[in-house]
Amino acid sequence: MKSFMILSVFIIFISFAISQTAFAGNNTVTMLLDKYHSEGVSQFDANKGKTMWQEQHIQKKTGKPVSCAACHTSDIRKTGSHIRTGKLIEAMAASTNPSRFHDAKNIEKWFKRNCKWTWGRQCTPQEKGDFLLFFQSQ
Amino acid sequence: MKQKRLWGTILLFGCISLSMATLAWSDGSEWGENNEHEGKGFIQQTAGVSSVNNKAYKNECSSCHFAYPAGFLPKRSWIKIMTTLDDHFGEDAELDAQDAQGIETYLLNNAADQRPNRFSRSIMRSIDSRTTPLRITKTPYFRHRHREIPTRMVEGNAKVRSFSNCLACHSGASQGSFDEDSVRIPGYRFWED
Repeated sequence: MKSFMILSVFIIFISFAISQTAFAGNNTVTMLLDKYHSEGVSQFDANKGKTMWQEQHIQKKTGKPVSCAACHTSDIRKTGSHIRTGKLIEAMAASTNPSRFHDAKNIEKWFKRNCKWTWGRQCTPQEKGDFLLFFQSQ
Repeated sequence: MKQKRLWGTILLFGCISLSMATLAWSDGSEWGENNEHEGKGFIQQTAGVSSVNNKAYKNECSSCHFAYPAGFLPKRSWIKIMTTLDDHFGEDAELDAQDAQGIETYLLNNAADQRPNRFSRSIMRSIDSRTTPLRITKTPYFRHRHREIPTRMVEGNAKVRSFSNCLACHSGASQGSFDEDSVRIPGYRFWED
């Protein structure tokens, strides 16, 4: 009887922990989307994010065409690799790599770096929201 | 009896200091680097370079590459690197102002011109004071120590790719250990120079 009670407390604790983690992930994305809303965006579109993912842009410094997909791969459920350094890049899709979406500061940091590297400018709140929705949809 | 013990102690200390002097004697190549006795005896007690012990630096920098010990470049190099993070060897590695500040403070306090460790001192001796090296691999001391390693073992080796990939061959690199004895080049079982 006692061991049954310990076990059930344990199960409750674990499920609570799991739900908290999942919730935290969604929360971060919702929070960011809310922020972009407050910056004047009315609607986000995962399909738009998917199209932008493939868009080729000429990098000023190298004169070469680059895209998000060039390093992250077009199938965001797969591991990518940096076209120049070869660094392995974990999947972007929320379904395969939910841990990417728990830290708003980290998300904004990489948006800033990678938008500038790939597009030569920072992404707008609209574009960031579309990308986030695209990652969530896969 | 008491005097005998005194003489004994004096003799013992005499022997110890003589043996230390012999060690120091053999300590002299191009940049005052100790080659033969590296990683042996009491010298081992001092790490060649102090290991990275700053969490923010380790987290931020090693999300892309090996977190190089601060003691491999002088202060002026780290200042330049930290002020040009938007073009970090062709990559954008910008940090928010607060994180950048903390990391820069750590790097400057532990830079090669601030540390007594032997690799730090050797690197400092090897670089021209009018230059600001940005790549550890381009410092004369680094090049000297790696001069005998053929390209096929590094650039031509898929498991290494670049001299900047310290961990590929120096398995203790994260602990600040770069001793020659522990070098293992992937794909080459024995490496003797």
